[in-house]
Amino acid sequence: MSESPGRQRALPDLAPVFKGGGLVALIAIAVAFPQVYTNPAVTNYGVFALIYVTAASGWNIFSGNTGYISLGQAVFYGSGAYAMGVAARDWNITGTMVFALLPLAMAVGAAIAVPFGLVALRVRRHTFIVITIAFFFIFQLMAFNFSWTGGSSGLSSPFLNWPAASYNTPFYYIAFAFAAGTIAIAWLVRRSRFGLQLRAIRDDEDRARGLGVRAMRVKLSAFVISGTITAGIGAVWFYYINQVEPQTGFDPLFDLTLVLMAFLGGYGSISGAVLGALIIEPLTLWLNAQPEFSSGSLSEILLGGIFLIVVLFMPRGIIPTSGELITRLRTRGRAAIAPATTIGPASGTAPTPSSVVSGGAQ
Amino acid sequence: MAQEILQEIIVGILVGGVYALMAVGLTLIFGVLDIINIAQGVLVILGAYLSYSLSTKAHIDLFVGLLITIPVMFIIGVVIHWAFIRRLRGTERTAMTLLVTYAVALIIEGVLYKIYGADDVSLSASYTGTSVHLFGFYLPWIYIYGFILAVALVALIYALLYRTRFGRSVRATMQDETAARLVGIDVNRVAALTFGIGVAVTAAGGMVFGATNAFNPNSGYDLISRLLAIIILGGLGSIGGALAASVFMITVESVVTIWSPDWAVVVFYVALVVVLLVKPTGFLGRKEVRAQ
Repeated sequence: MSESPGRQRALPDLAPVFKGGGLVALIAIAVAFPQVYTNPAVTNYGVFALIYVTAASGWNIFSGNTGYISLGQAVFYGSGAYAMGVAARDWNITGTMVFALLPLAMAVGAAIAVPFGLVALRVRRHTFIVITIAFFFIFQLMAFNFSWTGGSSGLSSPFLNWPAASYNTPFYYIAFAFAAGTIAIAWLVRRSRFGLQLRAIRDDEDRARGLGVRAMRVKLSAFVISGTITAGIGAVWFYYINQVEPQTGFDPLFDLTLVLMAFLGGYGSISGAVLGALIIEPLTLWLNAQPEFSSGSLSEILLGGIFLIVVLFMPRGIIPTSGELITRLRTRGRAAIAPATTIGPASGTAPTPSSVVSGGAQ
Repeated sequence: MAQEILQEIIVGILVGGVYALMAVGLTLIFGVLDIINIAQGVLVILGAYLSYSLSTKAHIDLFVGLLITIPVMFIIGVVIHWAFIRRLRGTERTAMTLLVTYAVALIIEGVLYKIYGADDVSLSASYTGTSVHLFGFYLPWIYIYGFILAVALVALIYALLYRTRFGRSVRATMQDETAARLVGIDVNRVAALTFGIGVAVTAAGGMVFGATNAFNPNSGYDLISRLLAIIILGGLGSIGGALAASVFMITVESVVTIWSPDWAVVVFYVALVVVLLVKPTGFLGRKEVRAQ
């Protein structure tokens, strides 16, 4: 709550009402979307957008909170896809029963995240980024070289004999469930002491340790949560497009797209990652569908151009920038409340330092 | 067998020398500007394509052509720094510079696709296809010439860093930017020139890479991930470490190729992970680099 002295509130605080109402409206729109637009070409955009909302929010749970930029999320995405593909092939699972393998794919993601995190989280900043890239290449090369992964031709998923007209709709709702679940987890993490410890690590890891945060354990937990979610949505993606190859499952562009989405929307904020994904993924899909961009080179140049514009002119992303703008408009003519300079939650949720001090064994 | 392993070790050292040249550029940029230049890989490929155009269109010898391509790449580097890198500040600078240099890489890659297409090409000259028989080993001439070139250029960079006034200001900036500013060093100028030099070496690296490998605009990713692994292993910002790590990594990879070419690259990255488990700062890294 902003407690500016000498300023009387004329109206009761409507912000929670607006927020709650907006959230309900958003959910209603998302649920109704495939009922209104039944064209598969349109629902396809919806499915991919929700897949990326999940992946970007999953990335954000770890990287947005801790400040460790992971460029290895594709490790989980591809592993989830491959786990589902290999299990379905070897155990002869077909049809809708394949969806029962989703928990397995997520477990594989978690099982990979533990050793990956234990190694990578020993180092910080640039070194951490490069280690995640190294892991990414190790996994891509393994997918190429092992025989049980199908080599460079990859894996095909079992055939789903759903009619083409409504094929996308179930996938849309599964992806929606993942997206909603991930956002809910992100919100719970943000509000919890666990989330507070993560942000303490981002601000100053050594000091956080000094105050009793078990840094490795906390970081690793966030990394595992993020990896589990990404593996699950990777498996959904695989069954949706029916095919995974080493270079599509383990795609370096995937990692960087997630970072771009988070930064476009607003690094570190839950809504930022969602907004970034909702803007960038449909845009990329649309660009790639245009005949004049089919060679791929122009869409690459355009994507690079968007990157540069975002980073150079809106380095803090859409949500913080527009939030500042609104604050400035509302406080015009009055003594302005100094806008928050750190990227993070509203100061209203900031806890007292003592809760950090007492943080420790969980 | 022993002969075969020895042959691969020699090849590894020769090729590693060329990687060392490219890695020195990258680690120098990191040391002074505290950024990782993701575009280094695609800049190497750009350098290779420049040599390709000069040799196929103007029929200039690959090594003579470097007299043109090295200054061109230097200017490209200074321009990239001026246009994008110097503007980045603030708390999220690490991620920002990553995104910016990656964006530059994407744009260069897109332009290369537009101009040269997606087909593999390679550089050829009289010495790219012939080998010399030396002490019982068959060594392609280009490996030997490339190694000599790389050693000469690395020596030149060393001389620049340790024998000139400019080099002293570069080293001062690497040690402590604020202190360097305080004693009157124009840190921005040092940063721009360092970025230029770091990019300029890709012209030579790219030429040798293009003469020993087939390449296309997409080849930069494989290259940058190797170079990153090398400079991390050597210790970020350490030039000696970059030299040692490139020769070590490429030799390991080259020797593993005898048994399994498919797994050689995996061994390359596993070596990085294993070394960092034991020594998180890399071979010659400073402690504070890790603690940042």
